[in-house]
Amino acid sequence: MTVAMEKPEKTEKPEPTGPDGPAVAVRRVSRRTVVAAILVVWVLLFAVLRGKQTLDLAAADLTDLHRWFNDANDSIGANRNSNPLFLYFFNEIRLVIDTLVTFVQELISQPFAGRPLPQIGWLGVVGIAGFVSWAVGNWRVALLAVAGFTFMGLQGLWQESMDTLALTLSAVFVALLFAIPLGVWAGLSDRFNRIVTPFLDFMQTMPTFVYLAPLTLFFLIGPASATIATMIYAAPPAIRITAHAIRSVPETTVEAADSLGATRRQSLVKVLLPMSKRTVVMGVNQTIMAALAMVTIAALIDAPGLGKTVIQALQSLDVGTAFNAGLAIVVMAIVLDRVTTAASAREETARRSGSRFLKWRRPLLGAGAVVTAVLVYMSHTYVWAAEFPGEAGVGSSIARGADTATTWAQDNLSGLTNTFRDVLTNGLLNPFQTLLTDSPWWLVGAALVGLGTVLGGRRAGVTAAVCVGLLVGTGVWSDAMTTLASTVVATVLVMALGVVFGVWMGRSLLVDRILRPTLDAAQVMPPFVYLVPFLALFGATRFTAIVAAIVYASPVAVKIIADGVRAVPAATVEAATSAGCNTWQLITKVQLPMARGALTLATNQGLIYVLSMVVVGGLVGAGALGYDVVAGFSQGQLYGKGLAAGLAIVLLGVMFDRITQAAARRVSA
Amino acid sequence: MAGQARQWRTAAAGIAVLGLGLTACGGAKVGDSSSDAGGSGSSGKCGTFNLAVNPWVGYEANAAVLAYVAEQDLGCKVSQKDLKEEIAWQGFGTGEVDAVVENWGHDDLKKKYITDQKTAVDAGPTGNEGLIGWYVPPWLAKAHPDITDWKNLNKYADKFRTSESGGKGQLLDGDPSFVTNDAALVKNLKLDFKVVYAGSETALIQAFRKAEKDKQWVIGYFYEPQWFMSEVPLVKVKLPEYKTGCDADTEKVACDYPVYKLDKIVSAKFAKSGSPAYDLVKNFTWTNEDQNTVAKYIAVDKMTPEAAAKKWVEANRAKVEAWIK
Repeated sequence: MTVAMEKPEKTEKPEPTGPDGPAVAVRRVSRRTVVAAILVVWVLLFAVLRGKQTLDLAAADLTDLHRWFNDANDSIGANRNSNPLFLYFFNEIRLVIDTLVTFVQELISQPFAGRPLPQIGWLGVVGIAGFVSWAVGNWRVALLAVAGFTFMGLQGLWQESMDTLALTLSAVFVALLFAIPLGVWAGLSDRFNRIVTPFLDFMQTMPTFVYLAPLTLFFLIGPASATIATMIYAAPPAIRITAHAIRSVPETTVEAADSLGATRRQSLVKVLLPMSKRTVVMGVNQTIMAALAMVTIAALIDAPGLGKTVIQALQSLDVGTAFNAGLAIVVMAIVLDRVTTAASAREETARRSGSRFLKWRRPLLGAGAVVTAVLVYMSHTYVWAAEFPGEAGVGSSIARGADTATTWAQDNLSGLTNTFRDVLTNGLLNPFQTLLTDSPWWLVGAALVGLGTVLGGRRAGVTAAVCVGLLVGTGVWSDAMTTLASTVVATVLVMALGVVFGVWMGRSLLVDRILRPTLDAAQVMPPFVYLVPFLALFGATRFTAIVAAIVYASPVAVKIIADGVRAVPAATVEAATSAGCNTWQLITKVQLPMARGALTLATNQGLIYVLSMVVVGGLVGAGALGYDVVAGFSQGQLYGKGLAAGLAIVLLGVMFDRITQAAARRVSA
Repeated sequence: MAGQARQWRTAAAGIAVLGLGLTACGGAKVGDSSSDAGGSGSSGKCGTFNLAVNPWVGYEANAAVLAYVAEQDLGCKVSQKDLKEEIAWQGFGTGEVDAVVENWGHDDLKKKYITDQKTAVDAGPTGNEGLIGWYVPPWLAKAHPDITDWKNLNKYADKFRTSESGGKGQLLDGDPSFVTNDAALVKNLKLDFKVVYAGSETALIQAFRKAEKDKQWVIGYFYEPQWFMSEVPLVKVKLPEYKTGCDADTEKVACDYPVYKLDKIVSAKFAKSGSPAYDLVKNFTWTNEDQNTVAKYIAVDKMTPEAAAKKWVEANRAKVEAWIK
């Protein structure tokens, strides 16, 4: 992380931004010196104290805390049927959500009372998708939606896709029901915002594997548990972004409304909500994406849909079939993403395109509704419109193609990839990991607190100290340090990729247009799909886990940096060009330094995304916290340790989030 | 107002015309054909049979055959639920799971759910015998036949070194679903190896597959019956013989894993329900070879579980009759 953050500073000349320019430069130099000093002292003490007080814990060993977690879990299970909390509270919630999901499923995916097919067949769903996309967005996304949904049918995955859609929509619906009001509240009240933020962090960074088993205790096996698991992960972005939207309404506008005598309620309903609508829709978009990311994990507790296809195919290492299903998830995600993005942008485009179109819009919408109704009726009545026709030839050729590509890569690239892996592991990862795991815990802790204070200020230092304390308390300190080493290495690589591709994308719209769908795909393709080929290329090693994390995390970094580079004022770039800068100088001396805020934000997000892949890494040889969580999910007696490892991941996430955010604020201030 | 009314009238007419036209050329209607209604017409007294499906192919083979017989011969409505073991057992108490049909030991779960909570009961062995242990790829066993005895492992330790094993030989462990004593074993047998946690069955299979193909040195934890054995017949390494009680203290284990008699567990409620599906589960037993056949249909020949079960049941009618008589 430090490496990535120093990057822009190395090449930077202090900007003559004002009278305090030189002072800032002096402070920055001293800050770098302090960081270097901390690192030197750490390494020196490590050489002396190596191997002492490392808080090492063997894979099968437990601490008292872990046993206590186990007992608590067991007693909940044993008392489930007699506890009034279950009888009257959780059971009711389960009933409501089950009813909702079953209703949507019977509508589009599952056979319904006596009928062999759902109420609305493929033609009806495609019609509705096209019509709704057109109504809330524009005709281009409507075409995309129609093409995308038809493609899923051609893949031979119609019913699975509809099951996934039903579950995702239900989860998003219920999530928004809570998230938007909570987001508005957090937007209006600083105090509530401060209270809710740690909970949101927790919901987003706690690995799902940790609460999947307890969830089925509370809400039983079935759609309710899957929906709630999805909601827990998907609701926070909507809450955060709604709050952000309310906060970014210009104060003058609110004051103007106040001075006109608007009540609190009026200014909320008439000013704040309408003005933040666009950003709130982006929150909905993020919630949908997060919900789709849960598809494969929810399949582990019997959630129907594409996730099951992926998981089952992987039991026999059938990469082709898994890829086909993964591709359907990607297509669904891209359709939903583009439609919601178009919806958030629509109002402005409509306003600009003039009134003639507006006059025709309502009759056209009416006609569209009629056509859709007819399609729905037909798909309800006739078999050809209800059941997707054809033999799924597209799906099997996709599967075959993916198989061929994987086999080719495995046969031809593995020599190369193994060398790369060994160089990186022995040269970078192993020494760094040894430094972290073999130093006494208090030394690493002190170094982390010191770095936090220097980079993020005193409050970040205090947070780091609390997190270090709690990490020791979880009893998995040594595993946490192993995971930390891999995480930092992965983040450095993510940032390297992010800078290269982000700058390239930021400087060329064409590159952006070509790369962006690939980045989207990398973000929503279930990691389980590409783990098998990665295992073949790199073996069951920590490096495989790092590569998987890079695939998942670098798109975010690339996108943020590209946006940052693009946000550099055109006038500045032109001035530099006319002053005789070549492209290299332009990038290193103007665009990257001016996108410094974006770089720190990208580091922050890259790190959080890498951390969210720790558990997936545990499945392919990363060991440490990821393996603890996975094993805790699989073996009763390790449940408590898995929970503790999950908490450790949350603590690492919170610590680095606070430090990088504080650093970002400092840098952009 | 008038304009709007006209609009509505046009719309209504449009629907009528479209509807009429389409009805004329429509084709088969949903629900008309009886072939759509599912194979089993007679839903006897069996009712719904909730069958847990744990995530490995061998289990899937058991479940597919049981589900096929229950549906076709007993007229049950079988609800198959894809669940990890822990969650499936948890489902006995909540009434959402009736049967687990391939259980590997799991004494901790037996104690918790059969002895303590009394929500589950044992329904006898499946006839399959489960082996757990250390395996090497066939080429290695052929090239160095003495490697299949643990006493010779230290001789080869440096050949098994990887980027993960910190200078020692790598013992690839860790499907997280199974209890392993491997860390203790390595210590107590004084082997110069380090346990590296692969983390999933997928990772283990991929490692062995590659080792056989590229003649790499890999030793790791594995188990049979397993469909992968029909692709690459791994060779088991002999560890000190298992004797009852030698694994009692997990710190001091220095012996092989026991042979697991795989068994079936059902919920207490299901056992008392008098459902013919319970008798089916109770009587179900077959050989490792049978399971491997069905597992191979699923994993290697890529048949759906239903098709695989159908193929096996049709070829082995006599065995099936013994379960449902």
